[in-house]
Amino acid sequence: MNYYREFTKGIWEKNPILILGIGMCPTLAVSTSVSNALWMTLAATFVLIFSNIIVSLVKAVVPSHIRIPIFIAIIATFVIIVELTLKAFQPDIYKALGIFIPLIVVNCIILGRAEEFASKNTVLPSILDGLGMGLGFGLTLTVLAFFREILGSNRLFGYTLIPGMEPATIMTLAPGAFFTLAMMLWGMNALRSRKRR
Amino acid sequence: MEIKALFVILISTIFINNYVLSQILGLCPFLGVSRKLDSALGMGLAVVFVMVMASFFTFLIYKYVLVPYDIAYLRTIAFILVIAGLVQFVEMVIENVSPVLYHSLGIFLPLITTNCAVLGVAVLNTEAGFLTGNLGLLKAVVQGLGAGLGFTLALLLMAGIRERLEIADIPENLKGLPITFITAGLMAMAFLGFSGMKI
Repeated sequence: MNYYREFTKGIWEKNPILILGIGMCPTLAVSTSVSNALWMTLAATFVLIFSNIIVSLVKAVVPSHIRIPIFIAIIATFVIIVELTLKAFQPDIYKALGIFIPLIVVNCIILGRAEEFASKNTVLPSILDGLGMGLGFGLTLTVLAFFREILGSNRLFGYTLIPGMEPATIMTLAPGAFFTLAMMLWGMNALRSRKRR
Repeated sequence: MEIKALFVILISTIFINNYVLSQILGLCPFLGVSRKLDSALGMGLAVVFVMVMASFFTFLIYKYVLVPYDIAYLRTIAFILVIAGLVQFVEMVIENVSPVLYHSLGIFLPLITTNCAVLGVAVLNTEAGFLTGNLGLLKAVVQGLGAGLGFTLALLLMAGIRERLEIADIPENLKGLPITFITAGLMAMAFLGFSGMKI
């Protein structure tokens, strides 16, 4: 088993958002600012790594026909840990991410990795897989947030970029999210088809 | 007055705060099941049913079990288990009533469990101030109904457009997800117009 490949596949060739097309809701909804995107990445990656660890440890004793509810219960436990921790130590971030913190539990990436990878592999590759997928998710999310924050609120990390310029508010709303991701997916397709040729 | 309040909740969840096009919830089934009109309708109705039932049960559990025993932090895990059970039930019903629909919905039926719009409406119900007010349960159920209908509306519109897109001449690299997202963006812009509605 090539550990390096297990780690890097999530970042590019099996990028959960750009290639596999899963985990769209949190991606689009919290990418209004870079700091939101980074906190979301941290939260989701934490849940992803730890749920992968637990799933890969208990895979032998879980009966296969009820494995999905068990995986969801494992994931929900870590989501609650994240929820309580953020609420206690980062109340502003907790408020900004709002409903999307509890919704990490239904992020298809996490259940998908538990089902597809961690339930078939041992602990170490599962950790690397979780870390790689988390980074791939976070990278896409951050790039998306970078463009949306600059165009939509004329800010970056909360600092105003061009004083006096009226930002295009639509970029922080739902249409801006859809358009920006469409452009990223378009660019990704173009890159991949050029590589194939 | 209460009737009016219920009507306002219904209209605002269907149009102004449409769960898919304005709050960006439930995109997986929105993208996955919007290729054909009839399977989109089936999926939409299944989601409406699950959302109404989920709103009803999660609200009761939150108000009469989680809050009195001071374990409200277990909200996420309690809600997702209720929803998973409901989806299992809907799946069994559809499998017996309409095997054709069951096959065309395929993998997406069990995926209603991980449809974030369903958990989203359950969580939002507990945060919307319904807990203390009059008719809280009824308002929660109406919000669930509106969310489901709004989801179905968006899904049907998208399926109608995508059936046309199948035969349209689209640049190679835009085919598939990119053009779907551009379409969704245009639809979301149209739905922004509803935010000017005064009710």
